[in-house]
Amino acid sequence: MTPAIEVRNVRRTFKAGRRSVVAVDGVSFSVPIGGVLGIVGESGCGKSTLARLILGLLPADSGDIIVEGKRLGDMDRKARARLIQPVFQDPFASLNPLVRIRDIVGMPLVAQGTFSRAEITRKVEEMLARVGLTKEMSDRLPAELSGGQRQRVAIARALVLRPRIVVCDEPTSALDVSVQAQILNLLAELRRDLNLTYLFISHNLAVVEHVASEVAVMYLGRLVEREPTETLFAKPEHPYTRALLASVLTPEPGLGVPDVGLGDSLPDPANIPPGCRFHPRCPIAEPRCAIETPPLKRRPAGSVECRLA
Amino acid sequence: MSALLEVEKLEVGFGRTAAVRGSSFTVERGETHCLVGESGCGKSVTALAIMNLLARNGVRRATRLAFQGEDLQRLDETGMSRLRGNAMAMIFQEPMTSLNPAYTVGSQMTEVLRRHKGANQRVATDRAADLLARVGITAPGMRLGQFPHQLSGGLRQRVMIAMALMCDPQLLIADEPTTALDVTVQAQILRLLATLQRELGLGLLLITHDLGIVARVATRVSVMYAGEVVESAPTAELFASPRHPYTQGLLRCVPVPGKTRRDEPLGSIPGTVPRVGPGFEGCAFRDRCEFADETCKHTIPRHLAAPTHDFLCRLPA
Repeated sequence: MTPAIEVRNVRRTFKAGRRSVVAVDGVSFSVPIGGVLGIVGESGCGKSTLARLILGLLPADSGDIIVEGKRLGDMDRKARARLIQPVFQDPFASLNPLVRIRDIVGMPLVAQGTFSRAEITRKVEEMLARVGLTKEMSDRLPAELSGGQRQRVAIARALVLRPRIVVCDEPTSALDVSVQAQILNLLAELRRDLNLTYLFISHNLAVVEHVASEVAVMYLGRLVEREPTETLFAKPEHPYTRALLASVLTPEPGLGVPDVGLGDSLPDPANIPPGCRFHPRCPIAEPRCAIETPPLKRRPAGSVECRLA
Repeated sequence: MSALLEVEKLEVGFGRTAAVRGSSFTVERGETHCLVGESGCGKSVTALAIMNLLARNGVRRATRLAFQGEDLQRLDETGMSRLRGNAMAMIFQEPMTSLNPAYTVGSQMTEVLRRHKGANQRVATDRAADLLARVGITAPGMRLGQFPHQLSGGLRQRVMIAMALMCDPQLLIADEPTTALDVTVQAQILRLLATLQRELGLGLLLITHDLGIVARVATRVSVMYAGEVVESAPTAELFASPRHPYTQGLLRCVPVPGKTRRDEPLGSIPGTVPRVGPGFEGCAFRDRCEFADETCKHTIPRHLAAPTHDFLCRLPA
């Protein structure tokens, strides 16, 4: 079966003065239709750059992104918009404050230039109802809505063209917990009903565990481990994955705050260490890890990039 | 001996908004008391009211507001600034905006000790270097000469903590101290706070929206909703037998790896937090509550579920 999306050896660097920063360094994965790939990692690991590459908001230096068998680079903006849509973190920043809700949601349809006004009105109304917004709200401005309602608007806008893939970049990080649960439930329901594929980027591992079918862990631009969600949470192999999982504070009293054992040195994307890029923080690193590039080890349903795994 | 911090029927209003509506709690020496709630519930305003740092249009009133037995409402600004940063210190969420970008770490840290204790520069610098080492910063001498923008978020928050400790405070108020940080750094900072709290016998008032943090660090928890403490209990008891429908709902909203099922929806609370004005009567949660009836529009009793566990609801204990 053709995967919904396939990312092949994608690389992207940025210039920062005279230095160059490698944000995404040879990342490959594929997601089956209807799957949810959770992408986790610390700030600066390249997860948001990866999202922007997949959305076509940034060109890749090299590598291919293939959506339903077609290369992303060969498509124009309109064709891309029909296949992939984003939902961003901050619904306060991602909605134009001067535009009414109905026009925000209708914008992708207008931009295609192939829909009649009547069609646009009908599709917008349908989609607003689908995400749980009332008809009265369509005439309001973003400032008149709560954070959760705004995120529903962003979801309606992403889905109004009926795309195949939705890239959710921290979609609930700016929301309160009670609202976060509403939005996560809505995203799950829509995925099932519309047979969508999600790339779900988040720093919240508990949320990722709940929504994702597979999880990819990024560290300084590399995808260091990828497994089906159950496997990754039950048997994390990469020492970085283990540290990330250890830092999840579940609401279970009496367990205290764990020692994640990562030390103080934070990763700097402008200064990537030789050998295994995680070795300066790795609790089990050996001298060889500072010199040799870690091998990519295949697993039955995933992979891990560590010499010691 | 009275509690380190006593807050009784605290009310804070901003014009026609009642931000805090009669909340009461205490912080004992050596305990971590967590104020937990969603945005707009009044938890940060409560902290600012204690420190007398409310915006100019904020009005504060309380039956009792005392630190080490001293009535804070009778102190003028000079009296308050004698305490602030000294016996009671505060750490904020965003260490970038609460450090002055134009001064080095060293000059900001030593100023506290010179101001409050009249220490000379050399003594103050030694103390600053000691504390930076204490909060886990390597090469403290070098860090003292650096500016905030040269530090990572985690380092900045460590500097904030070290700065708050300069004058040996009795009470530390931390408002979402790890919200802006990565999960790995968050765990490190919380571990540090817990260690310092234990070793220095601090009273810690920790404000957070994260129930995971509450479970792992709090001795006691007060849940706030629309300006009121709706439930207060020792941590283990609150998580084991929450009594207020809001607390129960909140706990169901949080996914727990290995516990919540992936193919099932999370529990959620319908609706949003209401805006409450002065003179509001009854339970502010009633429009979102599955147990609400007519009586919820009137004054709500506070029940005791156990000697140290109370909640605000018409439902009986």
